[in-house]
Amino acid sequence: MTTTAPLGTEDRTQSPAVPARGRRTALGRIRTGNGLVFVLPFLLVFALFMVWPIVQGIWMSFTDSSLALRDTHFVGLDNYTEAFGDPDVWSSLGNTLFFTVVSSVPLVVVALAMALLVHSGLAGQWAWRLSFFAPYLLPVTVVTMIWTWLYQPELGMANQLLDTFGIAPVGWLSDESVAMWSVAALTVWWTVGFNFLLYLAALQSLPTTFDEAAALDGAGAWRRLWSITLPQLRRTTGLVAMLQVLASLKVFDQIYILTKGGPNGSTRPVLEYVYDVGFTGYRLGYASAVSYLFFALIVLVSLVQLRLFRRED
Amino acid sequence: MSATATPPRTRRRPSRDTAGSPLLLGHGRLPRVLAGTALVVLAVVWLLPFVWAVLTSVQSEEDVNAPGLSPLKGAFTLDAYQQILERGNVSVWAFNSLLISALVTLVTVAVSTLAAYGFSRGTFRGRRALLAVTVAAIMVPPQLLVVPLFDQMTLFNLVDTYAAVILPQVVAPMMVFILKRFFDAVPKELEEAARIDGASEFRVFRSVVLPLSRPIVAAVAIFVFIGAWNNFMWPFVVTNDPDLMTLPVGLATVKDAYGIQYAQSMASALLAALPLIVVFLLFQRRIVNSVATTGLGGS
Repeated sequence: MTTTAPLGTEDRTQSPAVPARGRRTALGRIRTGNGLVFVLPFLLVFALFMVWPIVQGIWMSFTDSSLALRDTHFVGLDNYTEAFGDPDVWSSLGNTLFFTVVSSVPLVVVALAMALLVHSGLAGQWAWRLSFFAPYLLPVTVVTMIWTWLYQPELGMANQLLDTFGIAPVGWLSDESVAMWSVAALTVWWTVGFNFLLYLAALQSLPTTFDEAAALDGAGAWRRLWSITLPQLRRTTGLVAMLQVLASLKVFDQIYILTKGGPNGSTRPVLEYVYDVGFTGYRLGYASAVSYLFFALIVLVSLVQLRLFRRED
Repeated sequence: MSATATPPRTRRRPSRDTAGSPLLLGHGRLPRVLAGTALVVLAVVWLLPFVWAVLTSVQSEEDVNAPGLSPLKGAFTLDAYQQILERGNVSVWAFNSLLISALVTLVTVAVSTLAAYGFSRGTFRGRRALLAVTVAAIMVPPQLLVVPLFDQMTLFNLVDTYAAVILPQVVAPMMVFILKRFFDAVPKELEEAARIDGASEFRVFRSVVLPLSRPIVAAVAIFVFIGAWNNFMWPFVVTNDPDLMTLPVGLATVKDAYGIQYAQSMASALLAALPLIVVFLLFQRRIVNSVATTGLGGS
């Protein structure tokens, strides 16, 4: 298939700055064979464990497939119409959205504050970096075990600290109006380190010329932060916020282990509802339909975000 | 105005390697003190849960359960750790986690680097289309696949096996994309020389391109390992046999069984966290740098 004769010689004469679009003989292109063989192992696992389940999931969402029965029937759009009328879908979706708002905002703002402070030239960079990023490395179970203990009603650190200031104990995980905030606090502690590193990297690659010029003109630190550094970070903020909203929408693990969606369903996110319906209630078909509706929502959110992101540029 | 400000500033012309521009705070004392205080407060808040957990884990259960700011007043003991290790299941889960994460990392890195090289240097038909599909797959949340994957594993009769835990995790379109972008930027002259010398394509890949790409491959490996070690939902769904569970899954199943034994609960949590803390301390710079490159590469 490929030409073998003029081995690279003519490419040498080309300026490397000109992108060599001339297909087969282009510099840095495979010449023995066409390279498909390198991609084959990936294509195999991709087809088996990504494409298959996606297609299978779509099919299942149109059936009454169940863990309990092997006998499956096509039910058309029944699962989807049922999902739209299912109050549990709406309430768990509401919980997911509420969590997304109350976790994403601090996850962006606190990360930015941390990065600005660490970048400000104070000593001990690596120690600050380690403190803020370390929780991100913990498995979800470890995080929830530690926080279950912190939130423990009588002996936990949170209420003990409140007590030393003479404040009445709070039902961190048992009070319906508090529980989701507690989950969000845990999540901020656990994952803010990733956003922090993204901001830190962006700060370190910013050109310092504007900042220096403004400093020469006598602008104070606060003024330069607002008028120069933050505007320079606009793109990064857009990116961090975008990744964060998508990550928060997919919340499941920590809530499932921490509260199992309780008290009284007040922290149950939509993905836990999918899990409950599918694996506890055995209704795989219906669970698939709900998860695909949710996926559609995620795609929609990403498209809107991309739109906003593009316009910003 | 600027004339008065110039003299001290010209002295400390940016020595580039200090990276953090100290300019941000200027020379005023107040901003430095404020920033330092804020930093210390944040760090204390972030470290407090760790400290509290460590202190709890080195006390007897009775001391922990006594009223008051308990972790601060009991006597030091390693009983909780001893009891956990004697019971044995934590070490089984740790072994499973290590084995599964290592295998996932090995297979993912092998499959993804090969694919990335093929996508970067290949000329086969449909290359662009397949690459586009791969990139689109980055958007698919893994949770979407849990239900149909479980169905598939039931069909293959693989539920409750290592294979079922490992196989779906080796598909990493994001990593393929990151590596492909890196390979695209690797200078082509060396590999051309190797090709002229008659090296096979696999040889070119292994002996020229891979060695040039060591940092990014290491970064990908570290992230895949951390991801696999911390993965919860899929291993949780597909394993019921306690002997096959990973640490996060196993601990989740016994979390409630600890009841009021918080010393043991904290001790096992910290044991499970230990390997990753070690990995981080060993590879700190590499991890920090790669969050920047790969994290932004994912956009």
